[in-house]
Amino acid sequence: MTDAAPGIVFTNVGRNRWYRSGALASQTAYVAIALVVITALVAVFANHFLTPNNLLNTSKNFSYIAIVALGSTLVIITGGIDLSVGSVMALTAVVTAILMKALSGTVLASVPFGVMGAAVVLGLGLAALVGFVNGVMIAVVRLSPFVVTLGTLSICRGITYVITQGRGQAPNGPGVDTFYALTDGRILGLPVPLVYLLALAVVMGVALRQTRWGRHVFVLGGNERAAKLTGVAVARVKVSVYMLCSMAAGLAGILVLGWLGSAPANLAVGYELKIIAASVIGGADLAGGIGGPAGAVIGAALIEVIRNGLALFGADTYWEQVFVGSIIILAVLVDRIRTRQPD
Amino acid sequence: MSAADAARAESAPVLELRGIGKEFGAIRALSDVDMSIAPGEVVGLMGDNGAGKSTLVKIMAGNFHPTHGTITLDGREHRFDRPLDARAAGIEVVYQDLALADNVSAAANVFLGRELTRRVGPFRFLDHRAMNARALELFGELKSETRPRDLVRSMSGGQRQAVAIARTRLAKAKLILMDEPTAAISVRQVAEVLDLIRRLRDSGVAVILISHRMPDVFSVCDRVVVLRRGTKCADKRVDRSSPEEVTALITGAKEFA
Ligand SMILES: Nc1ncnc2c1ncn2[C@@H]1O[C@H](COP(=O)(O)OP(=O)(O)O)[C@@H](O)[C@H]1O
Ligand SMILES: [Mg+2]
Repeated sequence: MTDAAPGIVFTNVGRNRWYRSGALASQTAYVAIALVVITALVAVFANHFLTPNNLLNTSKNFSYIAIVALGSTLVIITGGIDLSVGSVMALTAVVTAILMKALSGTVLASVPFGVMGAAVVLGLGLAALVGFVNGVMIAVVRLSPFVVTLGTLSICRGITYVITQGRGQAPNGPGVDTFYALTDGRILGLPVPLVYLLALAVVMGVALRQTRWGRHVFVLGGNERAAKLTGVAVARVKVSVYMLCSMAAGLAGILVLGWLGSAPANLAVGYELKIIAASVIGGADLAGGIGGPAGAVIGAALIEVIRNGLALFGADTYWEQVFVGSIIILAVLVDRIRTRQPD
Repeated sequence: MSAADAARAESAPVLELRGIGKEFGAIRALSDVDMSIAPGEVVGLMGDNGAGKSTLVKIMAGNFHPTHGTITLDGREHRFDRPLDARAAGIEVVYQDLALADNVSAAANVFLGRELTRRVGPFRFLDHRAMNARALELFGELKSETRPRDLVRSMSGGQRQAVAIARTRLAKAKLILMDEPTAAISVRQVAEVLDLIRRLRDSGVAVILISHRMPDVFSVCDRVVVLRRGTKCADKRVDRSSPEEVTALITGAKEFA
Protein backbone atom coordinates (compact mmCIF):
# COMPACT_ATOMS: atom_id res chain seq x y z
CA MET A 1 0.00 0.00 0.00
CA THR A 2 1.36 3.41 -0.89
CA ASP A 3 1.43 6.03 1.76
CA ALA A 4 0.35 9.09 -0.19
CA ALA A 5 -2.58 9.91 -2.41
CA PRO A 6 -1.81 9.57 -6.12
CA GLY A 7 -0.16 12.62 -7.64
CA ILE A 8 0.87 14.04 -4.30
CA VAL A 9 4.51 14.74 -3.56
CA PHE A 10 5.64 15.33 -0.04
CA THR A 11 7.72 18.45 -0.19
CA ASN A 12 7.21 19.95 3.21
CA VAL A 13 7.15 16.91 5.44
CA GLY A 14 10.01 14.53 5.97
CA ARG A 15 9.81 11.08 7.43
CA ASN A 16 10.75 10.79 11.07
CA ARG A 17 14.30 9.59 11.67
CA TRP A 18 14.40 5.89 12.49
CA TYR A 19 15.16 6.48 16.14
CA ARG A 20 12.16 8.74 16.45
CA SER A 21 9.61 6.38 15.00
CA GLY A 22 7.92 3.10 15.82
CA ALA A 23 8.55 1.14 19.00
CA LEU A 24 11.99 2.67 19.43
CA ALA A 25 10.48 6.08 19.89
CA SER A 26 8.62 5.06 23.02
CA GLN A 27 9.78 5.41 26.57
CA THR A 28 8.60 1.84 27.06
CA ALA A 29 11.42 0.63 24.78
CA TYR A 30 14.07 2.55 26.72
CA VAL A 31 12.79 1.26 30.04
CA ALA A 32 12.68 -2.30 28.66
CA ILE A 33 16.38 -1.97 27.85
CA ALA A 34 17.05 -0.57 31.32
CA LEU A 35 15.15 -3.51 32.81
CA VAL A 36 17.29 -6.03 30.91
CA VAL A 37 20.52 -4.29 31.90
CA ILE A 38 19.60 -3.93 35.56
CA THR A 39 18.30 -7.50 35.76
CA ALA A 40 21.57 -8.74 34.27
CA LEU A 41 23.59 -6.67 36.76
CA VAL A 42 21.59 -7.93 39.72
CA ALA A 43 21.85 -11.51 38.43
CA VAL A 44 25.63 -11.22 38.11
CA PHE A 45 26.31 -9.58 41.46
CA ALA A 46 23.64 -11.13 43.66
CA ASN A 47 24.11 -14.89 43.79
CA HIS A 48 20.65 -15.62 45.03
CA PHE A 49 18.77 -13.71 42.37
CA LEU A 50 18.58 -16.56 39.88
CA THR A 51 17.46 -19.21 42.39
CA PRO A 52 14.03 -20.63 41.49
CA ASN A 53 12.63 -19.54 44.81
CA ASN A 54 13.70 -15.94 44.42
CA LEU A 55 12.54 -15.75 40.80
CA LEU A 56 9.17 -17.15 41.83
CA ASN A 57 8.80 -14.60 44.61
CA THR A 58 9.95 -11.72 42.46
CA SER A 59 7.58 -12.57 39.63
CA LYS A 60 4.69 -12.94 42.07
CA ASN A 61 5.46 -9.71 43.93
CA PHE A 62 5.57 -7.71 40.78
CA SER A 63 2.46 -9.32 39.29
CA TYR A 64 0.21 -7.83 41.96
CA ILE A 65 1.53 -4.35 41.32
CA ALA A 66 1.53 -4.83 37.56
CA ILE A 67 -2.09 -6.02 37.40
CA VAL A 68 -3.21 -2.82 39.10
CA ALA A 69 -0.77 -0.80 36.99
CA LEU A 70 -2.63 -2.05 33.90
CA GLY A 71 -5.79 -0.40 35.20
CA SER A 72 -3.95 2.66 36.42
CA THR A 73 -2.39 3.02 32.97
CA LEU A 74 -5.85 3.07 31.38
CA VAL A 75 -6.87 5.90 33.68
CA ILE A 76 -3.64 7.79 33.04
CA ILE A 77 -4.10 7.49 29.26
CA THR A 78 -7.40 9.35 29.57
CA GLY A 79 -5.55 12.10 31.43
CA GLY A 80 -6.85 11.06 34.86
CA ILE A 81 -5.32 9.51 37.95
CA ASP A 82 -6.58 6.96 40.47
CA LEU A 83 -5.13 7.22 43.97
CA SER A 84 -7.68 4.87 45.53
CA VAL A 85 -6.21 1.62 44.18
CA GLY A 86 -4.29 0.57 47.32
CA SER A 87 -7.36 1.02 49.51
CA VAL A 88 -9.57 -0.79 47.00
CA MET A 89 -7.15 -3.73 47.10
CA ALA A 90 -7.53 -3.90 50.88
CA LEU A 91 -11.29 -3.40 50.93
CA THR A 92 -11.89 -6.03 48.28
CA ALA A 93 -9.59 -8.57 49.94
CA VAL A 94 -11.18 -8.07 53.34
CA VAL A 95 -14.77 -8.12 52.08
CA THR A 96 -14.12 -11.21 49.97
CA ALA A 97 -12.73 -13.05 52.99
CA ILE A 98 -15.65 -11.97 55.18
CA LEU A 99 -18.17 -12.99 52.53
CA MET A 100 -16.64 -16.46 52.33
CA LYS A 101 -17.41 -16.97 55.99
CA ALA A 102 -20.82 -15.33 55.81
CA LEU A 103 -21.93 -17.33 52.77
CA SER A 104 -20.72 -20.65 54.17
CA GLY A 105 -23.93 -21.07 56.14
CA THR A 106 -26.19 -20.44 53.16
CA VAL A 107 -27.60 -22.60 50.40
CA LEU A 108 -24.57 -21.65 48.28
CA ALA A 109 -22.50 -24.08 50.35
CA SER A 110 -24.19 -26.99 48.56
CA VAL A 111 -23.29 -25.65 45.11
CA PRO A 112 -19.81 -26.63 43.93
CA PHE A 113 -17.54 -23.56 44.20
CA GLY A 114 -20.68 -21.60 45.12
CA VAL A 115 -19.33 -19.85 48.20
CA MET A 116 -15.92 -19.03 46.74
CA GLY A 117 -17.37 -17.98 43.40
CA ALA A 118 -20.00 -15.74 44.96
CA ALA A 119 -17.53 -14.15 47.39
CA VAL A 120 -15.07 -13.34 44.61
CA VAL A 121 -17.76 -12.04 42.26
CA LEU A 122 -19.27 -9.86 44.99
CA GLY A 123 -15.81 -8.63 46.00
CA LEU A 124 -15.03 -7.62 42.44
CA GLY A 125 -18.52 -6.11 42.18
CA LEU A 126 -17.75 -3.92 45.19
CA ALA A 127 -14.49 -2.81 43.55
CA ALA A 128 -16.42 -2.01 40.37
CA LEU A 129 -18.88 0.03 42.42
CA VAL A 130 -16.05 2.12 43.89
CA GLY A 131 -14.74 2.66 40.35
CA PHE A 132 -18.23 3.61 39.22
CA VAL A 133 -18.49 6.22 41.97
CA ASN A 134 -15.04 7.57 41.08
CA GLY A 135 -15.97 7.69 37.41
CA VAL A 136 -19.32 9.41 37.90
CA MET A 137 -17.87 12.04 40.24
CA ILE A 138 -15.13 12.75 37.70
CA ALA A 139 -16.93 12.41 34.36
CA VAL A 140 -20.43 13.61 35.24
CA VAL A 141 -20.06 15.85 38.30
CA ARG A 142 -16.71 17.00 36.86
CA LEU A 143 -14.65 16.98 40.02
CA SER A 144 -10.88 16.61 39.72
CA PRO A 145 -9.68 12.98 39.56
CA PHE A 146 -6.98 13.70 42.11
CA VAL A 147 -9.42 14.95 44.73
CA VAL A 148 -12.13 12.37 44.10
CA THR A 149 -9.81 9.38 44.28
CA LEU A 150 -7.95 10.83 47.26
CA GLY A 151 -11.37 10.89 48.91
CA THR A 152 -12.20 7.28 48.01
CA LEU A 153 -8.69 6.27 49.11
CA SER A 154 -9.57 7.48 52.59
CA ILE A 155 -13.16 6.21 52.53
CA CYS A 156 -12.25 2.68 51.43
CA ARG A 157 -9.40 2.41 53.92
CA GLY A 158 -11.67 3.69 56.67
CA ILE A 159 -14.40 1.18 55.86
CA THR A 160 -11.79 -1.59 55.80
CA TYR A 161 -10.74 -0.74 59.36
CA VAL A 162 -14.32 -0.34 60.55
CA ILE A 163 -15.58 -3.69 59.29
CA THR A 164 -12.51 -5.61 60.46
CA GLN A 165 -11.86 -3.66 63.65
CA GLY A 166 -8.25 -3.89 62.51
CA ARG A 167 -8.20 -7.70 62.59
CA GLY A 168 -6.87 -9.71 59.63
CA GLN A 169 -9.42 -11.73 57.67
CA ALA A 170 -8.55 -15.21 56.44
CA PRO A 171 -10.28 -17.04 53.58
CA ASN A 172 -12.35 -19.93 54.87
CA GLY A 173 -15.30 -22.09 53.97
CA PRO A 174 -16.20 -24.88 51.53
CA GLY A 175 -13.90 -24.95 48.50
CA VAL A 176 -11.19 -22.81 50.09
CA ASP A 177 -8.58 -25.14 48.57
CA THR A 178 -9.83 -24.22 45.12
CA PHE A 179 -9.56 -20.58 46.10
CA TYR A 180 -5.93 -21.03 47.08
CA ALA A 181 -5.21 -23.02 43.92
CA LEU A 182 -6.66 -20.28 41.75
CA THR A 183 -4.96 -17.42 43.56
CA ASP A 184 -1.65 -18.87 44.70
CA GLY A 185 -1.13 -21.98 42.57
CA ARG A 186 0.86 -22.58 39.44
CA ILE A 187 -0.07 -22.98 35.80
CA LEU A 188 2.58 -24.61 33.59
CA GLY A 189 5.07 -23.95 36.35
CA LEU A 190 4.28 -20.23 36.45
CA PRO A 191 2.69 -18.56 39.46
CA VAL A 192 -0.98 -17.86 38.65
CA PRO A 193 -0.78 -14.11 39.35
CA LEU A 194 1.82 -13.87 36.59
CA VAL A 195 -0.41 -15.86 34.24
CA TYR A 196 -3.39 -13.60 34.99
CA LEU A 197 -1.19 -10.57 34.46
CA LEU A 198 0.04 -11.70 31.06
CA ALA A 199 -3.47 -12.67 29.92
CA LEU A 200 -4.92 -9.35 31.04
CA ALA A 201 -2.08 -7.42 29.41
CA VAL A 202 -2.78 -9.11 26.08
CA VAL A 203 -6.52 -8.44 26.32
CA MET A 204 -5.86 -4.82 27.24
CA GLY A 205 -3.44 -4.39 24.34
CA VAL A 206 -6.01 -5.67 21.87
CA ALA A 207 -8.82 -3.61 23.40
CA LEU A 208 -6.74 -0.43 23.29
CA ARG A 209 -5.44 -0.77 19.75
CA GLN A 210 -8.20 -2.66 17.98
CA THR A 211 -11.52 -1.41 19.33
CA ARG A 212 -13.49 1.83 19.16
CA TRP A 213 -13.46 1.96 22.93
CA GLY A 214 -9.65 1.85 22.99
CA ARG A 215 -9.40 4.53 20.35
CA HIS A 216 -11.70 6.73 22.42
CA VAL A 217 -9.63 6.14 25.56
CA PHE A 218 -6.62 7.58 23.74
CA VAL A 219 -8.54 10.49 22.23
CA LEU A 220 -9.91 11.42 25.65
CA GLY A 221 -6.33 11.95 26.78
CA GLY A 222 -5.37 13.73 23.56
CA ASN A 223 -8.26 16.18 23.23
CA GLU A 224 -11.38 15.61 25.26
CA ARG A 225 -13.26 18.47 23.60
CA ALA A 226 -12.63 16.95 20.17
CA ALA A 227 -14.03 13.67 21.43
CA LYS A 228 -17.13 15.42 22.73
CA LEU A 229 -17.71 17.43 19.54
CA THR A 230 -17.44 14.33 17.38
CA GLY A 231 -20.04 12.49 19.39
CA VAL A 232 -17.84 10.18 21.47
CA ALA A 233 -19.66 9.06 24.63
CA VAL A 234 -17.04 10.78 26.79
CA ALA A 235 -18.64 10.18 30.18
CA ARG A 236 -19.31 6.52 29.49
CA VAL A 237 -15.73 5.82 28.39
CA LYS A 238 -14.34 7.66 31.42
CA VAL A 239 -16.54 5.79 33.88
CA SER A 240 -15.50 2.52 32.23
CA VAL A 241 -11.77 3.15 32.74
CA TYR A 242 -12.22 3.99 36.43
CA MET A 243 -14.32 0.85 36.89
CA LEU A 244 -11.72 -1.31 35.14
CA CYS A 245 -8.95 0.25 37.23
CA SER A 246 -10.80 -0.46 40.48
CA MET A 247 -11.59 -4.00 39.36
CA ALA A 248 -7.90 -4.58 38.57
CA ALA A 249 -7.13 -3.39 42.11
CA GLY A 250 -9.85 -5.66 43.47
CA LEU A 251 -8.47 -8.66 41.60
CA ALA A 252 -4.95 -7.94 42.89
CA GLY A 253 -6.38 -7.65 46.41
CA ILE A 254 -8.03 -11.06 46.11
CA LEU A 255 -4.80 -12.58 44.77
CA VAL A 256 -2.85 -11.13 47.69
CA LEU A 257 -5.47 -12.56 50.03
CA GLY A 258 -4.76 -16.01 48.58
CA TRP A 259 -1.02 -15.47 48.77
CA LEU A 260 -0.88 -14.26 52.38
CA GLY A 261 -3.69 -16.52 53.59
CA SER A 262 -5.07 -13.51 55.43
CA ALA A 263 -5.89 -9.92 54.58
CA PRO A 264 -4.70 -7.39 57.15
CA ALA A 265 -6.60 -4.11 57.29
CA ASN A 266 -3.41 -2.27 56.36
CA LEU A 267 -2.92 -4.34 53.23
CA ALA A 268 -1.34 -2.39 50.34
CA VAL A 269 -1.02 0.87 52.26
CA GLY A 270 0.93 3.29 50.09
CA TYR A 271 0.76 1.02 47.04
CA GLU A 272 -0.92 3.71 44.97
CA LEU A 273 2.40 5.49 44.51
CA LYS A 274 4.21 2.33 43.50
CA ILE A 275 1.42 1.50 41.06
CA ILE A 276 1.31 4.94 39.47
CA ALA A 277 5.12 4.93 39.35
CA ALA A 278 5.05 1.60 37.51
CA SER A 279 2.68 3.07 34.90
CA VAL A 280 4.69 6.24 34.50
CA ILE A 281 8.10 4.53 34.40
CA GLY A 282 6.68 2.25 31.71
CA GLY A 283 5.85 5.26 29.56
CA ALA A 284 2.31 6.32 30.44
CA ASP A 285 2.17 10.11 30.18
CA LEU A 286 0.57 11.81 33.17
CA ALA A 287 -0.61 14.51 30.75
CA GLY A 288 -2.71 11.86 29.03
CA GLY A 289 -2.85 10.30 25.60
CA ILE A 290 0.10 7.91 25.82
CA GLY A 291 0.60 4.53 27.48
CA GLY A 292 0.04 0.81 27.16
CA PRO A 293 0.03 -2.56 28.92
CA ALA A 294 3.63 -3.44 28.03
CA GLY A 295 4.78 -0.30 29.79
CA ALA A 296 2.82 -1.12 32.94
CA VAL A 297 4.31 -4.62 33.08
CA ILE A 298 7.86 -3.46 32.37
CA GLY A 299 7.61 -0.56 34.82
CA ALA A 300 6.36 -2.79 37.61
CA ALA A 301 9.05 -5.38 36.85
CA LEU A 302 11.79 -2.76 36.98
CA ILE A 303 10.70 -1.52 40.40
CA GLU A 304 10.56 -5.06 41.78
CA VAL A 305 13.95 -6.07 40.37
CA ILE A 306 15.51 -3.03 42.01
CA ARG A 307 13.80 -3.72 45.32
CA ASN A 308 14.83 -7.36 45.16
CA GLY A 309 18.38 -6.43 44.20
CA LEU A 310 18.65 -4.08 47.19
CA ALA A 311 17.43 -6.82 49.51
CA LEU A 312 19.90 -9.34 48.11
CA PHE A 313 22.76 -6.86 48.47
CA GLY A 314 21.74 -6.44 52.07
CA ALA A 315 20.78 -2.81 51.61
CA ASP A 316 17.84 -1.22 53.35
CA THR A 317 14.85 -1.93 51.10
CA TYR A 318 13.38 1.47 51.93
CA TRP A 319 15.86 2.76 49.38
CA GLU A 320 13.33 1.38 46.88
CA GLN A 321 11.18 4.43 47.46
CA VAL A 322 14.11 6.72 46.77
CA PHE A 323 14.80 4.77 43.60
CA VAL A 324 11.18 4.91 42.48
CA GLY A 325 11.14 8.68 42.78
CA SER A 326 14.51 9.12 41.08
CA ILE A 327 13.58 6.83 38.23
CA ILE A 328 10.36 8.69 37.54
CA ILE A 329 12.29 11.94 37.22
CA LEU A 330 14.98 10.27 35.13
CA ALA A 331 12.42 8.67 32.82
CA VAL A 332 10.73 12.00 32.21
CA LEU A 333 14.11 13.62 31.64
CA VAL A 334 15.19 11.00 29.11
CA ASP A 335 11.91 11.42 27.30
CA ARG A 336 12.36 15.17 27.24
CA ILE A 337 15.83 14.94 25.71
CA ARG A 338 14.75 12.35 23.18
CA THR A 339 11.74 14.24 21.89
CA ARG A 340 13.33 17.67 21.96
CA GLN A 341 12.33 19.53 18.82
CA PRO A 342 14.72 21.89 17.08
CA ASP A 343 13.37 25.36 17.81
CA MET B 1 -30.56 12.55 -9.71
CA SER B 2 -32.10 13.85 -12.94
CA ALA B 3 -30.83 16.97 -14.70
CA ALA B 4 -33.98 18.84 -13.65
CA ASP B 5 -33.44 17.90 -10.00
CA ALA B 6 -29.83 18.99 -10.23
CA ALA B 7 -30.82 22.34 -11.69
CA ARG B 8 -33.37 22.89 -8.94
CA ALA B 9 -30.83 21.96 -6.28
CA GLU B 10 -28.51 24.53 -7.85
CA SER B 11 -30.95 27.33 -7.32
CA ALA B 12 -32.67 26.25 -4.11
CA PRO B 13 -30.80 27.39 -1.00
CA VAL B 14 -29.31 24.61 1.08
CA LEU B 15 -29.74 26.70 4.23
CA GLU B 16 -32.07 29.52 5.05
CA LEU B 17 -32.09 31.57 8.25
CA ARG B 18 -35.14 33.74 8.89
CA GLY B 19 -35.41 36.45 11.52
CA ILE B 20 -32.73 34.91 13.74
CA GLY B 21 -32.36 36.67 17.08
CA LYS B 22 -30.41 35.69 20.16
CA GLU B 23 -30.40 37.23 23.60
CA PHE B 24 -28.09 36.31 26.46
CA GLY B 25 -30.03 37.79 29.36
CA ALA B 26 -29.99 41.50 28.69
CA ILE B 27 -27.36 41.25 25.94
CA ARG B 28 -28.79 41.17 22.46
CA ALA B 29 -26.14 39.30 20.46
CA LEU B 30 -28.17 38.97 17.25
CA SER B 31 -31.35 40.56 15.98
CA ASP B 32 -33.47 39.70 12.98
CA VAL B 33 -30.77 38.14 10.80
CA ASP B 34 -31.87 36.67 7.44
CA MET B 35 -29.39 34.73 5.40
CA SER B 36 -29.33 31.99 2.81
CA ILE B 37 -26.69 29.99 1.03
CA ALA B 38 -26.86 27.83 -2.10
CA PRO B 39 -25.00 24.57 -2.82
CA GLY B 40 -21.48 25.27 -4.04
CA GLU B 41 -21.55 28.81 -2.72
CA VAL B 42 -18.89 30.29 -0.45
CA VAL B 43 -20.06 33.08 1.82
CA GLY B 44 -17.70 35.19 3.88
CA LEU B 45 -19.06 36.21 7.29
CA MET B 46 -17.34 39.32 8.57
CA GLY B 47 -17.71 41.76 11.42
CA ASP B 48 -15.84 43.35 14.27
CA ASN B 49 -15.21 41.53 17.55
CA GLY B 50 -18.49 41.04 19.36
CA ALA B 51 -20.54 41.56 16.19
CA GLY B 52 -22.20 38.18 16.64
CA LYS B 53 -20.40 35.97 14.11
CA SER B 54 -19.59 33.15 16.49
CA THR B 55 -23.07 33.28 17.96
CA LEU B 56 -24.59 32.89 14.51
CA VAL B 57 -22.31 29.96 13.70
CA LYS B 58 -23.11 28.30 17.01
CA ILE B 59 -26.82 28.58 16.29
CA MET B 60 -26.35 26.91 12.90
CA ALA B 61 -24.11 24.26 14.47
CA GLY B 62 -26.65 23.31 17.14
CA ASN B 63 -24.68 24.63 20.13
CA PHE B 64 -27.72 26.57 21.25
CA HIS B 65 -31.22 27.57 20.19
CA PRO B 66 -31.98 30.96 18.68
CA THR B 67 -34.29 33.11 20.80
CA HIS B 68 -36.25 34.02 17.67
CA GLY B 69 -36.37 32.83 14.08
CA THR B 70 -36.13 29.62 12.13
CA ILE B 71 -33.49 27.47 10.46
CA THR B 72 -34.51 25.74 7.22
CA LEU B 73 -32.32 23.12 5.63
CA ASP B 74 -33.23 21.82 2.16
CA GLY B 75 -36.73 23.19 2.61
CA ARG B 76 -37.33 21.56 6.00
CA GLU B 77 -37.42 23.47 9.25
CA HIS B 78 -35.00 22.17 11.88
CA ARG B 79 -34.49 22.65 15.57
CA PHE B 80 -31.08 21.46 16.71
CA ASP B 81 -30.80 20.45 20.35
CA ARG B 82 -27.19 19.32 20.17
CA PRO B 83 -24.26 19.64 17.74
CA LEU B 84 -24.86 16.03 16.77
CA ASP B 85 -28.34 16.96 15.47
CA ALA B 86 -26.87 19.58 13.15
CA ARG B 87 -24.28 17.09 12.04
CA ALA B 88 -26.91 14.50 11.26
CA ALA B 89 -28.76 17.09 9.17
CA GLY B 90 -25.64 17.74 7.07
CA ILE B 91 -24.03 20.73 8.77
CA GLU B 92 -20.40 20.22 9.74
CA VAL B 93 -18.18 22.65 11.60
CA VAL B 94 -14.44 23.14 11.36
CA TYR B 95 -13.73 24.62 14.76
CA GLN B 96 -11.21 27.35 15.23
CA ASP B 97 -8.91 24.99 17.15
CA LEU B 98 -9.82 22.21 14.68
CA ALA B 99 -10.81 19.75 17.44
CA LEU B 100 -8.05 17.29 16.58
CA ALA B 101 -6.38 14.80 18.91
CA ASP B 102 -2.60 15.12 18.52
CA ASN B 103 -1.77 11.70 19.85
CA VAL B 104 -3.56 9.61 17.23
CA SER B 105 -3.19 9.33 13.47
CA ALA B 106 -4.70 11.54 10.79
CA ALA B 107 -7.05 8.73 9.78
CA ALA B 108 -8.11 8.23 13.40
CA ASN B 109 -9.02 11.91 13.61
CA VAL B 110 -10.97 11.81 10.37
CA PHE B 111 -13.01 8.86 11.62
CA LEU B 112 -13.29 10.04 15.22
CA GLY B 113 -16.70 9.03 16.56
CA ARG B 114 -17.51 7.22 13.30
CA GLU B 115 -14.85 4.52 13.27
CA LEU B 116 -15.27 1.68 10.81
CA THR B 117 -15.30 -1.76 12.36
CA ARG B 118 -15.51 -5.36 11.24
CA ARG B 119 -16.99 -8.27 13.11
CA VAL B 120 -14.81 -11.08 14.38
CA GLY B 121 -17.03 -13.56 16.18
CA PRO B 122 -18.81 -11.66 18.95
CA PHE B 123 -16.36 -8.74 18.81
CA ARG B 124 -16.07 -5.63 16.69
CA PHE B 125 -12.56 -4.59 15.79
CA LEU B 126 -11.39 -1.40 14.13
CA ASP B 127 -10.98 -1.75 10.40
CA HIS B 128 -7.66 0.12 10.17
CA ARG B 129 -7.12 -0.79 6.55
CA ALA B 130 -10.47 0.56 5.38
CA MET B 131 -10.12 3.76 7.40
CA ASN B 132 -6.60 4.45 6.16
CA ALA B 133 -7.67 3.81 2.58
CA ARG B 134 -10.70 6.10 2.83
CA ALA B 135 -8.69 8.84 4.55
CA LEU B 136 -6.08 8.59 1.80
CA GLU B 137 -8.85 9.06 -0.77
CA LEU B 138 -10.20 12.11 1.04
CA PHE B 139 -6.74 13.69 1.35
CA GLY B 140 -6.26 12.97 -2.35
CA GLU B 141 -9.52 14.75 -3.19
CA LEU B 142 -8.32 17.69 -1.16
CA LYS B 143 -4.91 17.45 -2.90
CA SER B 144 -3.28 17.50 0.49
CA GLU B 145 0.11 16.09 1.34
CA THR B 146 -1.10 14.19 4.34
CA ARG B 147 -0.38 10.60 5.28
CA PRO B 148 -3.27 8.78 6.99
CA ARG B 149 -1.00 6.95 9.43
CA ASP B 150 1.04 9.92 10.59
CA LEU B 151 0.34 11.36 14.00
CA VAL B 152 -1.35 14.74 13.90
CA ARG B 153 1.26 15.96 16.41
CA SER B 154 3.89 16.08 13.68
CA MET B 155 1.74 17.91 11.12
CA SER B 156 1.83 21.42 9.71
CA GLY B 157 -1.05 23.84 10.13
CA GLY B 158 -2.19 23.24 6.56
CA GLN B 159 -2.20 19.48 7.03
CA ARG B 160 -4.19 19.84 10.21
CA GLN B 161 -6.76 21.87 8.34
CA ALA B 162 -6.91 19.12 5.73
CA VAL B 163 -7.56 16.54 8.44
CA ALA B 164 -10.32 18.66 9.99
CA ILE B 165 -11.88 19.26 6.57
CA ALA B 166 -11.55 15.62 5.49
CA ARG B 167 -13.58 14.78 8.60
CA THR B 168 -16.45 16.92 7.33
CA ARG B 169 -16.24 15.17 3.94
CA LEU B 170 -16.81 11.78 5.47
CA ALA B 171 -20.44 12.48 6.13
CA LYS B 172 -21.22 14.13 2.80
CA ALA B 173 -21.95 17.43 4.50
CA LYS B 174 -24.11 19.94 2.65
CA LEU B 175 -22.87 22.95 4.55
CA ILE B 176 -19.51 23.49 6.21
CA LEU B 177 -18.99 26.26 8.75
CA MET B 178 -15.40 27.41 9.23
CA ASP B 179 -14.53 29.65 12.16
CA GLU B 180 -11.35 31.62 11.35
CA PRO B 181 -9.46 28.76 9.69
CA THR B 182 -6.65 31.06 8.56
CA ALA B 183 -6.16 33.07 11.74
CA ALA B 184 -2.97 31.52 13.04
CA ILE B 185 -1.11 29.84 10.19
CA SER B 186 1.68 30.70 7.75
CA VAL B 187 1.18 32.31 4.34
CA ARG B 188 1.81 29.10 2.49
CA GLN B 189 -0.66 27.29 4.70
CA VAL B 190 -3.29 29.98 4.15
CA ALA B 191 -3.01 29.32 0.43
CA GLU B 192 -3.47 25.60 1.11
CA VAL B 193 -6.61 26.21 3.14
CA LEU B 194 -8.11 28.53 0.51
CA ASP B 195 -7.46 25.82 -2.08
CA LEU B 196 -9.24 23.34 0.15
CA ILE B 197 -12.23 25.65 0.32
CA ARG B 198 -12.32 25.95 -3.48
CA ARG B 199 -12.34 22.18 -3.80
CA LEU B 200 -15.24 21.93 -1.39
CA ARG B 201 -17.12 24.51 -3.46
CA ASP B 202 -16.34 22.61 -6.69
CA SER B 203 -17.85 19.48 -5.22
CA GLY B 204 -21.10 21.31 -4.50
CA VAL B 205 -20.69 21.94 -0.77
CA ALA B 206 -21.80 25.29 0.64
CA VAL B 207 -19.19 26.97 2.86
CA ILE B 208 -19.58 29.77 5.37
CA LEU B 209 -16.18 31.25 6.15
CA ILE B 210 -15.65 33.47 9.16
CA SER B 211 -12.53 35.50 8.66
CA HIS B 212 -10.91 38.78 9.57
CA ARG B 213 -8.63 38.59 6.56
CA MET B 214 -9.93 40.68 3.69
CA PRO B 215 -7.67 39.07 1.02
CA ASP B 216 -8.92 35.59 1.94
CA VAL B 217 -12.55 36.61 1.70
CA PHE B 218 -12.09 38.40 -1.59
CA SER B 219 -10.11 35.57 -3.18
CA VAL B 220 -12.37 32.66 -2.26
CA CYS B 221 -15.87 33.91 -1.47
CA ASP B 222 -18.79 34.51 -3.82
CA ARG B 223 -20.63 36.68 -1.33
CA VAL B 224 -19.84 38.60 1.80
CA VAL B 225 -22.20 39.08 4.73
CA VAL B 226 -21.30 41.79 7.26
CA LEU B 227 -22.63 41.80 10.82
CA ARG B 228 -22.51 44.91 12.97
CA ARG B 229 -23.71 44.89 16.58
CA GLY B 230 -25.84 41.82 15.91
CA THR B 231 -27.59 42.97 12.77
CA LYS B 232 -26.81 42.19 9.17
CA CYS B 233 -25.73 45.41 7.46
CA ALA B 234 -24.57 44.04 4.12
CA ASP B 235 -25.03 40.95 1.98
CA LYS B 236 -23.54 41.35 -1.48
CA ARG B 237 -21.51 39.66 -4.17
CA VAL B 238 -17.79 40.24 -3.71
CA ASP B 239 -17.40 41.25 -7.36
CA ARG B 240 -19.78 44.16 -6.70
CA SER B 241 -17.95 45.27 -3.59
CA SER B 242 -14.42 46.10 -2.51
CA PRO B 243 -12.25 45.59 0.57
CA GLU B 244 -12.55 49.32 1.27
CA GLU B 245 -16.34 49.16 1.25
CA VAL B 246 -16.42 46.08 3.47
CA THR B 247 -14.02 47.73 5.93
CA ALA B 248 -16.26 50.78 6.05
CA LEU B 249 -19.28 48.52 6.70
CA ILE B 250 -17.53 46.65 9.48
CA THR B 251 -16.42 49.78 11.28
CA GLY B 252 -19.73 51.59 10.71
CA ALA B 253 -18.24 54.33 8.55
CA LYS B 254 -20.80 53.17 6.02
CA GLU B 255 -24.25 52.30 7.40
CA PHE B 256 -25.69 49.85 4.86
CA ALA B 257 -24.96 48.30 1.49
N1 LIG C 1 -22.51 32.62 26.04
C1 LIG C 1 -22.65 33.96 26.06
N2 LIG C 1 -23.18 34.58 27.14
C2 LIG C 1 -23.35 35.91 27.18
N3 LIG C 1 -23.02 36.73 26.18
C3 LIG C 1 -22.50 36.20 25.08
C4 LIG C 1 -22.28 34.79 24.95
N4 LIG C 1 -21.74 34.54 23.74
C5 LIG C 1 -21.62 35.73 23.13
N5 LIG C 1 -22.08 36.73 23.92
C6 LIG C 1 -22.12 38.14 23.56
O1 LIG C 1 -22.73 38.24 22.30
C7 LIG C 1 -22.09 39.21 21.51
C8 LIG C 1 -21.61 38.61 20.21
O2 LIG C 1 -20.52 37.75 20.47
P1 LIG C 1 -19.84 36.81 19.38
O3 LIG C 1 -20.89 36.09 18.64
O4 LIG C 1 -18.82 35.97 20.08
O5 LIG C 1 -19.11 37.86 18.44
P2 LIG C 1 -17.96 37.65 17.36
O6 LIG C 1 -17.74 36.19 17.16
O7 LIG C 1 -18.48 38.34 16.15
O8 LIG C 1 -16.74 38.33 17.89
C9 LIG C 1 -20.98 39.80 22.37
O9 LIG C 1 -21.45 40.98 22.97
C10 LIG C 1 -20.74 38.73 23.40
O10 LIG C 1 -20.27 39.31 24.58
MG1 LIG D 1 -15.90 35.02 17.52
